[in-house]
Amino acid sequence: MRGASATAPPGGRRVLRLGRATLLVRPRTLVVTTVLALVALCAGAIAMTVGSLPVPLYAVPSAVLGVADDATTVRAVQGVRLPRVLAAIGAGAALGVSGSVFQSLARNALGSPDVIGFTTGAATGALVQIVLFGAQPTQVALGTIVGGVVTVVIVMLLARRGGGIAGRQLILVGIGVGAMAAAVNGLLLVRGTLDASSQANLWLSGSLDARQWSHALPVLIGVGVVIPILLVLSRRAGLMELGDDIAQQLGVRVERTRLVLVGCAVVLAALATAAVGPIAFVALAAPQLVRRLLRTDAPPVVGAAAMGAALLVVADLVTQVLPVTFAVPVGRMTGVVGGLYLLWLLVPGRGSADGKGWS
Amino acid sequence: MADSLVAEELTLRYDDRTIVDRLDVTLPEGRITVILGANACGKSTLLRGLARLLPPASGRVLLGGDDVRSLPPKALARRVGFLPQAATAPGGVTVAELVARGRYPHQRLLQQWSPEDADAVGRAMRSTGMAVLRDRPVNELSGGQRQRAWIAMLLAQETPVMLLDEPTTYLDVAHQLEVLELCRRLNREQGRTIVLVLHDLDQACRYADHLVVMREGRVIATGAPERVMTTGLVAEAFGVEALVQRHPVTGTPMVVPIAPLSIADEEAIV
Repeated sequence: MRGASATAPPGGRRVLRLGRATLLVRPRTLVVTTVLALVALCAGAIAMTVGSLPVPLYAVPSAVLGVADDATTVRAVQGVRLPRVLAAIGAGAALGVSGSVFQSLARNALGSPDVIGFTTGAATGALVQIVLFGAQPTQVALGTIVGGVVTVVIVMLLARRGGGIAGRQLILVGIGVGAMAAAVNGLLLVRGTLDASSQANLWLSGSLDARQWSHALPVLIGVGVVIPILLVLSRRAGLMELGDDIAQQLGVRVERTRLVLVGCAVVLAALATAAVGPIAFVALAAPQLVRRLLRTDAPPVVGAAAMGAALLVVADLVTQVLPVTFAVPVGRMTGVVGGLYLLWLLVPGRGSADGKGWS
Repeated sequence: MADSLVAEELTLRYDDRTIVDRLDVTLPEGRITVILGANACGKSTLLRGLARLLPPASGRVLLGGDDVRSLPPKALARRVGFLPQAATAPGGVTVAELVARGRYPHQRLLQQWSPEDADAVGRAMRSTGMAVLRDRPVNELSGGQRQRAWIAMLLAQETPVMLLDEPTTYLDVAHQLEVLELCRRLNREQGRTIVLVLHDLDQACRYADHLVVMREGRVIATGAPERVMTTGLVAEAFGVEALVQRHPVTGTPMVVPIAPLSIADEEAIV
C-alpha cells in the first residue's frame, strides 16, 4: 500500500496507458461527471413528457428517434420539446464551462460572466437591436454576442491597467462596467416603444420557451468544439492558478494561454446567452459546486459542463411543473436561487468568498 | 549537472522605469550565489530577468552559453527553476499535487506521468522532509513547511539552476536556517547552481560561495564573502555604518550595524 502510493500520481489520479501514451485519469471525476450527465439526460427526458400533449416517459426515446407510431407525438417532441431540452443542455454546459474558466483565471469564485459584466453587456447588445432597430431574433442573437465580447474586452483592458486580471481587480472592474451597461439597459427600456420594451423585457428574463433547433444547434456545436480545446489547456490553467510567475517559470506561455482561455470562455458565454437570453447563477455556481464534488486541484471542464447542463435542465423542468398559473421564465428562477447562493458565498465569517480553490 | 548563468549588458525595465541598468554578472555554476542590496536596488528584478520572466530591454542572458530567448519555454524550464517571493497555492491543493506540478516541463499532452515523474516527486519530497505531509493542503502548513513545499516543487522540476527570491522572508530564524541548510545540501550533494536573494547579511556571508552586491540597478561588488564584505561596502550598498567581524563559530564575516549614515557622510565615502 505504502509502496504503491509512493509512485502513484497525486490527487487520486490513475495512470492510463494507451500504447505509448500515458494519460492521467481520475476515477472520482469520471463517476461524478457521468452521474451529472445522467441527471441532465433524465431530467431532460422527464421535461419532454410535460406539455399540453401528454407523452409518457417510456415513449420519449422512440419519439426522439422519430420511430414512434404517433406522428403528432414525434412532431411535438422532435419539433418543440427536444430543441428546448437540447438548448438547455447546450446553454447550461456552455455557461458552466465559461464560469469555470473565468473563475480559474480570476482565481476567485466571483469571477463568472454574470459578475464581471459579460451578461449585462450582452443584454445591452440585445436591447439595442430590439429597441432601436426592432430586429429579428437572429440579429438579436448577434447583438448579444457583440455586446458581450465588447464588454469583456473593455473589462480586461481596464483590469490589466489596474494591475492584472487575477483576483479582485477583474471582478471590481467588471462590476463597474456591468453597472454602466445596466444603466444603459434601463435607459433603452424607458426610451423604447411599449411593444419593443415588453419584447425586451421578455428577452431579459431568459427563457427556454419556444426554443427551436436554430437556438440549440449553435450552442451545442460551440460546446463540442470548445471543450476539447479547454481539455488540452486545463493543465496549463491549473498551473496559472499558482500565479503567472510560477506558471511561466514552468514553461507555460502565460499571455498566449490566457488569451485563448478568455476567448473560449467568451465564445461559450456568448453562444449560451444568444440561445436562451441571460441566465443567472449557472455560470457562477456550477463550477464551484462541481469543484466541491470532485475535490480536485484542476479547474473542471467536462464536470463543469455536466453540472451546468444538469442545473439548467432541472431548473427548466421545475419552472414547467411548478404549480403556479403563470409560466416563470427559467432565467428568473435561476436568478432567485442564484441570489441566495451569492448571499451564502458572501456571508461574513465564512471567509471564503474566494471559494475553495483560491485563497 | 550545472550551467552557468551570465547576464551581459542586461537592462530591465518596468514600463519606462529602468530598474536594472546595463548590468554584467556571472553566476558561477555549481555554487551558491547570494544577491544582496538595499530595498528597490533591483535584486528581484534581476532574478526575474535571469529567469526570463521579464524580457530584457537590451542585453542578454546566457545559460551555459545559450541565449535564453532562443530556448523554447519548456526547454528553459527544464534548466532554470525560479521561486518568486510569497508564492501562494490555491486552497485545497495538497503538497503532493503541488510538487507534482513541478514536473510539467518534463511532461507532454500524451505523456502525463512517467516513472521518472514519480521518482522525481518522491525524491523532492524526501529531501525536503515533506513526504510525511504529502496529503496535507499546502495552505494549512506552517510558514516554514509551506516554503519547503514550494522548494520541493522546484526540486521536482530537476533544474540544474535554481533561483530563489527571498526564500527566508516571513520565516522565523529556525525556519530561515532550515531553508538555507536545505539549499546548501542541495548544492553540495546534487551540485545544483543556487542563486538566492537574501536580506540577512550574516546569513548571506555564511551560506554563499559567491556574493553579488547591487546598488541602484548595478553590481557594485562580486566575489567570496570574506573578500567582499567590508565596512566600506556596507556603507556604499546600504548607507549604514557597521563593524565587520569574524563570526565566532563559522568564521565567516559578520556585520554589526551601528547607525545609518547621514547623507553628507555617505557622499564623503563615495
